[in-house]
Amino acid sequence: MPSASSLDVPAIAGRSLAAKMKPPSRFGDKAFEWLTMAMALAVVVLVFLVGWQLARGSSLAIRRFGFHFLTTSTWDPVAEHFGALPFIYGTVVSSLIALIIAVPLSIATAIYLTELAPLWIRHPIVSLIEMLAAIPSVILGLWGIFVMIPWLRDYPFPWLKKLFGWTPFFRGPIYGVSMLAGGIIIAIMILPIVTSVSREILRSVPNLQREAAYALGATRWEVTRIAVLSYARKGLFGAVILGLGRALGETMAVTMVIGNTPQIVASLFAPGYTLASVIANEFTEATTDLYLQALFEIGLVLFGITILANLIAQLLLKTMAVSMTTRAVQ
Amino acid sequence: MQPTATNQTWRKMKSALAAALAFVSALLVISPLGLVFFHLLKSGANSVNWDFFTQLPKPVGVVGGGMANAIVGSFELLGFAAIIGVPIGVLGGVYLAEYGSARANSMLRFVADVLNGVPSIIWGVVVYGLVVLRFKGFSAYAGGLALGLMMVPLIMRTTEEVLLLVPNGYREAALALGVSRWKTIVYIVMKTASKGIVTGILLALARVAGETAPLLFTAFGNRFWNHSLSEPVAALPLQIFSYAISPYDDWHRQAWAGALVLVVTIFFINMLVRLLTRGRMISPT
Repeated sequence: MPSASSLDVPAIAGRSLAAKMKPPSRFGDKAFEWLTMAMALAVVVLVFLVGWQLARGSSLAIRRFGFHFLTTSTWDPVAEHFGALPFIYGTVVSSLIALIIAVPLSIATAIYLTELAPLWIRHPIVSLIEMLAAIPSVILGLWGIFVMIPWLRDYPFPWLKKLFGWTPFFRGPIYGVSMLAGGIIIAIMILPIVTSVSREILRSVPNLQREAAYALGATRWEVTRIAVLSYARKGLFGAVILGLGRALGETMAVTMVIGNTPQIVASLFAPGYTLASVIANEFTEATTDLYLQALFEIGLVLFGITILANLIAQLLLKTMAVSMTTRAVQ
Repeated sequence: MQPTATNQTWRKMKSALAAALAFVSALLVISPLGLVFFHLLKSGANSVNWDFFTQLPKPVGVVGGGMANAIVGSFELLGFAAIIGVPIGVLGGVYLAEYGSARANSMLRFVADVLNGVPSIIWGVVVYGLVVLRFKGFSAYAGGLALGLMMVPLIMRTTEEVLLLVPNGYREAALALGVSRWKTIVYIVMKTASKGIVTGILLALARVAGETAPLLFTAFGNRFWNHSLSEPVAALPLQIFSYAISPYDDWHRQAWAGALVLVVTIFFINMLVRLLTRGRMISPT
């Protein structure tokens, strides 16, 4: 085909011209990729850095007290006896109170927002919940000290004492600052995250699930219970554990209302102390090396349990295909 | 079973009851916001005046004074935090969205999410060990570093999310024109998603602006102006905390004022973000 070959000539010439040019440098590409990779790996480095720094800062205390640190309950900086049990107890109990209060409310709100509420009201409520999440812990603590504590002391606490005073949990003098107050303030702190993660999970339930149940004649609540909640069970559990992780590490607000007394008593009206609070209160006052080391070790314990809670939560949430933006932002 | 009339009514009633309970729950969840805001306005609004923004704290017993140093200090800390947190977070997010294998990236994402759950007080302890002990003193550097490290996973995840929203056609078009990959990413992909990236940065800043726990033993607080970044520095949340737990009425009054200013600032940033994006994270070029 002569006509075709005459057309090919300039193309071949162009190609040979291109062949003469140096291939474009790929140095910029490689450098940029490595740079971004280094930055992405920073998160891994940071996790190890935190663990390493906490372990290094507490090595003396770990060697000195060993496992007893976790099982003894004397906290006497003067005599240098350090046992973290009251703080572990306080952290666990206050977080449990918080979960008992926050989980039903959060999940019910998430159900309301995805299944029941009229469409026009959904967005405003979500915005308000985001605003609640944006309130800093220290401001909630301020409100807790001057508004919530006096109110709790005057109304709900005496009432609880009258009703449930026969159980060991609601006995003894009422000071206001207490384990229960700490639990309530943590509950307020974790409401937004549990609600928004639960909402994302319920939203990710396929509509086919709902339609199938409706087609069988189920009422709205039956659809929610049978088709939605049972489908989303694992993810909702993940949301709860994520809330637990936040509750365990909550510091400022709880420090301001829990009373900061290292003791293990059944009564929820009695003041308590948490791992995070003891670090916040005593870190700058730690006069001896061993005291500081013990506080570092408390940090290590707190880091360990929150990492564990977060690992479990993320694994559970991974099973649901959920947009992770809400989690990243909160 | 044959659906009887009473059975049907009972089921409908149960459904209505559940809806009512869910509605009450939603009200209860947002009620703390209203209560806190109401008390902030009631107790803080009277104390927010010119002095509050321009005066240093007065010594104990002297009524008046303000938190000028804490407001400036907070901005110093946030600026330093941004210098650390923004490049690491944004470039890390670029890697997650543009490079790497799916498996490795899902691991990195996982680690970032776990890191995001580390309690803020832990960052304070770690930076105390890394910086304060080593350089023998509390400083604005240490406080900014603690906040900056907290921002890293936040910014990384939001940056990744918005970069993934950029249509692949944009990348392909640039590459087809012979633009190198890194230039495609910087000048096409990141530019298209710049609004979203800025949104993520602002949200992260708003989040750490209210943090107190990581600053307690890094920035430490200061009742005067700090003259260099290697000195302890005041911050609004720290000042609110120390005034709130003090026994003086005038300090309580100022704590409320500080809290009101802080909350309004944080809400303002959030509002700004919403106006900036109006639901759209990427803009067509």
